[in-house]
Amino acid sequence: MSEKSNYEAGFGSDAVKDPQRIVFITKKTSAQVKGVKPRQLMSYPHLVLREVIVFEIFTVALVIVALFWDAPLKQLADPLLTPNPAKAPWYFLGLQELLHYLPPVVAGVLIPTLVIVALVVIPYFDVNIKGEPLWASNRQRRLMVFLGVVAALLFVFGIHEAFDVVIPTIIFASLSVAAYFAPPRGGRLIRYLSGRPLSWWVMSWFIAVSLTLTLVGTFLRGPGWSLVWPGR
Amino acid sequence: MTYPSREQWLERLRNNRVWKSIFRRGPARTNRTRSLAIFGNVFLHILPVKVREKSLRVRATYYLGPFAFFLFVVLTVTGILLMLYYHPAAPQAYYDMKDLRFVVSNGVLLRNLHRLAAQAMVVVVFWHMYHVFYRGGYRPPRQFNWVVGVGLLLLTLFLSYTGYLLPWDQLAFWAITVGTNIIGYVPFIGHRVRFLLLGGNIIGGNALLRFYVLHCVILPLLAAWLIVVHFWRIRKDGGLSTGENEKREERESIETTQVEQEAVTVGVNDERKE
Ligand code: HEM
Repeated sequence: MSEKSNYEAGFGSDAVKDPQRIVFITKKTSAQVKGVKPRQLMSYPHLVLREVIVFEIFTVALVIVALFWDAPLKQLADPLLTPNPAKAPWYFLGLQELLHYLPPVVAGVLIPTLVIVALVVIPYFDVNIKGEPLWASNRQRRLMVFLGVVAALLFVFGIHEAFDVVIPTIIFASLSVAAYFAPPRGGRLIRYLSGRPLSWWVMSWFIAVSLTLTLVGTFLRGPGWSLVWPGR
Repeated sequence: MTYPSREQWLERLRNNRVWKSIFRRGPARTNRTRSLAIFGNVFLHILPVKVREKSLRVRATYYLGPFAFFLFVVLTVTGILLMLYYHPAAPQAYYDMKDLRFVVSNGVLLRNLHRLAAQAMVVVVFWHMYHVFYRGGYRPPRQFNWVVGVGLLLLTLFLSYTGYLLPWDQLAFWAITVGTNIIGYVPFIGHRVRFLLLGGNIIGGNALLRFYVLHCVILPLLAAWLIVVHFWRIRKDGGLSTGENEKREERESIETTQVEQEAVTVGVNDERKE
């Protein structure tokens, strides 16, 4: 760009009297955009109308549920009367469940921080952008690393007897290994699974574990955080 | 005497001087006036003027993002109404809850709506995030909006959590006790953060007041601000992503616009002459 200027620029400072165009044109002038343009519609009315209709449906649904379901209210707060068990709101019960197994610094500080960091960096890793199927190339090395990581996870959570982490982990690891050994013309599920990228496996495993932990923490934990049957 | 039909009546309304002074455009029958309907309106202006037909399909979003936003609006409205009956003081807060149930007209419905929408918002925001993830909506150029989304997820959880203490019943008190004890385990700064949050070492009147201010002022303002950024970025990132199968094509076209397209035209005020 330094030798000869390959563009021209003009500038009018009186915006009203003297409208100007500033034009930059480089040597390769083709400002070509590849790819087909998908069909587009005007937001007004197509999008706006849909949103209004959807909002109305949501309102009606919300009011109907609120008429039949009642917000809980227990006795007045009493610092001297500890309920057993004392439970966090349901969306934190997965964490409380982990807290039961692991030391507080790990379950309460380290793991949540790692989860948040992992979520933030998802879009900045090329593996997640390319989305190549996990078992598409480099198969043997990947399998070794995969099994190593799974074994480490199972070991850590196994010695703490965290069954609600271990079980979903085993299920997911088995599915993934099944996808590895699957014949190329397997059933639909197998074909689906063997096309999944690493990010899919990690996220689905994460969702399965957090759901299991939350459900167990909500429904199966009673006095002293012992296992109980729901409704007892 | 014949009465005007509905269309005629609407037409008359639209041609009314007052109506025109507000909306400044005729009926939205041409693409030009339809565009004006969007960018001539400060609120709708955050939407793109055109949308891909594909992003309008239910399966593209399941309306989860709009649902989350809708819940935020419901929570703001019901929350402000609840503030009319609520004193952030112990134990008065608890008696206000009782009043809502037994004294205030429709107090039960008001509180139910707020509580229900709060629970639903946590579910819907998580679900929205997972849906965006599986559709690959975080891919370039939408990376930053994903990060904004993570911020919104955290704010949603904090909002829900700070609200949990406000009824000042046993459920509230002990849930917050369990949670804030965890903060104490953060190395080095844990105890100070906990003290700052609770306004003391135990959960008492100070903690209630701080949670109230966080819940009713600070966090909602932050959330509203991030939601605006989130929506604005959807528009600036070229609308919603079109999903997994078209991703290659899409990405190609985006890269070419960013890298190869070096001819930039900046028009200064050339609309005046129209
Ligand atoms: C208060 C919470 C939130 C609100 C109100 C909200 C709202 C919306 C809306 C209305 C859309 C467009 C329609 C749709 O895709 O459903 C959207 C898209 C999006 N949201 Fe959110 N969102 C929230 C939280 C999140 C979270 C937690 C994430 C992820 C961490 C996220 C990431 C995204 C991304 C990346 C898009 C663009 C998707 C695409 O282009 O395909 N949002 N959001």
